[in-house]
Amino acid sequence: MLDDFLNQFLPSTVGGLVIGSIYALVALGYTMVYGVLRLINFAHSEIFMIGTFASLVTLLAIAPSAPLTGFALVGVLLLLMLVSAAVSGASAVVLETVAYRPLRKRGGTRLAALISAIGASLFLQELFALVVIKGLIDKPGRNQASAPRFVARDTLFTVGNVDVRLDQVIVVVAAVVVMVGLDQLVNKTRIGRGIRATAQDPEAAVLMGVSIDNIVRVTFLLGGAMAGVAGSLYIMEIENTSYLIGFVLGIKAFTAAVLGGIGNLRGALMGGIVLGLIENWGAIFLGSEWKDVIAFTVLVVVLMFRPTGILGESLQKARA
Amino acid sequence: MKGDEVTTEETPAKRGGFHAIGHGIDRLRDRWENAKIWQRYLVYIALVVGALILPAPAIGAFMSPAADWTTVLIYPIGTYILLAVGLNVVVGQAGLLDLGFVAFFAIGGYSVAYYGTHFGWNYWATVAFGIILAAVSGVILGAPTLRLRGDYLAIVTLGFGEIVRITANNTDEIGGARGITGIPHPPPVFGTKFLLDPAPYYYLIVAAIVLVIIFSVRLQKSRVGRAWAAIREDEDAAELMGVPTFKFKLLAFAIGAMIGGLAGGIYAGKAVFIEPNTFPFILSATILAAVVLGGSGNLPGVILGAFLIGWLPERFRDFADYRILIFGGVLVLMMALRPEGLLPSRRRKAELHEGTGGMGTLGAEVPGPDTDVSTTEAAK
Repeated sequence: MLDDFLNQFLPSTVGGLVIGSIYALVALGYTMVYGVLRLINFAHSEIFMIGTFASLVTLLAIAPSAPLTGFALVGVLLLLMLVSAAVSGASAVVLETVAYRPLRKRGGTRLAALISAIGASLFLQELFALVVIKGLIDKPGRNQASAPRFVARDTLFTVGNVDVRLDQVIVVVAAVVVMVGLDQLVNKTRIGRGIRATAQDPEAAVLMGVSIDNIVRVTFLLGGAMAGVAGSLYIMEIENTSYLIGFVLGIKAFTAAVLGGIGNLRGALMGGIVLGLIENWGAIFLGSEWKDVIAFTVLVVVLMFRPTGILGESLQKARA
Repeated sequence: MKGDEVTTEETPAKRGGFHAIGHGIDRLRDRWENAKIWQRYLVYIALVVGALILPAPAIGAFMSPAADWTTVLIYPIGTYILLAVGLNVVVGQAGLLDLGFVAFFAIGGYSVAYYGTHFGWNYWATVAFGIILAAVSGVILGAPTLRLRGDYLAIVTLGFGEIVRITANNTDEIGGARGITGIPHPPPVFGTKFLLDPAPYYYLIVAAIVLVIIFSVRLQKSRVGRAWAAIREDEDAAELMGVPTFKFKLLAFAIGAMIGGLAGGIYAGKAVFIEPNTFPFILSATILAAVVLGGSGNLPGVILGAFLIGWLPERFRDFADYRILIFGGVLVLMMALRPEGLLPSRRRKAELHEGTGGMGTLGAEVPGPDTDVSTTEAAK
């Protein structure tokens, strides 16, 4: 058992970092919306799902015959991320307008908002099941659509007994770069100041001339775009998707957001990576079919003992 | 919280036709609340008689042209009603949002299946044991998590529901992904045999529903029910008034779980076969939707909601492909237009308009010019 663990420790660590980066990107959407609206945007997982499909369709249109290299690779990667970020961001804004704005306007309760979110989530899942995925499935009887490989699984370097591959490095680096960008945006720009002000004290923000509606829209746009980037990285790394892909990944990303302290952007990165690592290390002992149970157990345990997360809660306190 | 809410009571004329219908329903509810005891008993008797003749083929021909009506009445309709009454204890009465209610349904079902097939226990013993197991797991889930805020609780219960399903899927002892087949039917009662004919199961589930409704109504009118209402409306105030909130929340979880376990036991006795995917998250969401659409906290509303959500997809099978799509859309619309549900209780409706009883209002809400400031939280 211990031998197994030592042998698999490094490969699991690399795997955990990769999937953890994707969790972290999706977690940002949960954390930002929660910071501003105090709402668990349950349908955010579907925004991620839409991102995977946006990348998949783009990739099928490009139809690379062999793994790409050099500038072609960078270009295609950037294109996928941009397309997915745009589509997901736009979907998130539409979601906010349709499912949450009417509730906010009439002072709806958080219970109503959560149920509206579940409704929107089911709606989007089924919409993709019925309309989109039918045209993409290669074999009948399956509900998954697979993507062509466009990043070679070449070993870049070796650490101990593990070969770190190019695609894995791309996922982690891209995720970190995008997150640093978002962090700068929230901390350094006018829009970011508006987001922080709204999270901290919406009434005072309004008095200072912040347009809450615009800020909420921008928050959904940014969170959605992050989920879109996560979706394109997911398509590159996992190479298939389905309309149900969002559900479990969404709960895990939410776990990551809670783990890092909800509302805390840097916490989301840490939470995602910690969750990815725990899940993969735990799987060495229990087997990979227990991964989801491990993640959900982490969620329950964190909420029990430290509901404000490891780095402490909230956009407002951490960066006021 | 900085949340504020519009609480001005609007007249039906100011709102659209949808609201006018809603207003009519509210009037009906008020008439019921003023009805005399004997009038009410007449209605109860009419309802029970109605339930007993409901499986008649003539009714079935209209209600369910495609599938066997009695079978549809057992699952989904009857089972949904039972589950919805159980979930209503947790969501409607105590105001705790539970997104993993299907876990208790699964525990009841698996208990009947496992102890019935592996150990050959009597069916009724397995149902009773399933109810106890469900209650215990309700306490195990509730004890560590019930101190959490409302929306965190929702996610934790969701995680719990998935843990139960995946664990069933990964445990070979209880059949793993293949599930359990050959679950024994209930033994004969008063000479009525439970075999392939669905009618006896229907009467069994009607009996269970009636029992659970009586139980639930008695609870609601007792000290326990009043404590739940107090917790739902303002937990801190309830605690200050001497209500042991944690204890009562745990009790709500356990009782809700017991009803879920009972539903699972009855379902398994009819179904003969269960597998982990009999208990997906979507079922939890469906039951929650039934409770909320019908009018969370008001039993007639909850039963109506569960009936509609069980029946409509069966009646309109032509739209089978679109039913979850429509369902999701209806949820969003309903929350925007009438968040209190079709048949809310007056008290519950008032709570929702005040922003209490539903985990508080959203953030980023600022009073507008026509907000009644005296009822906003900032003024309190």
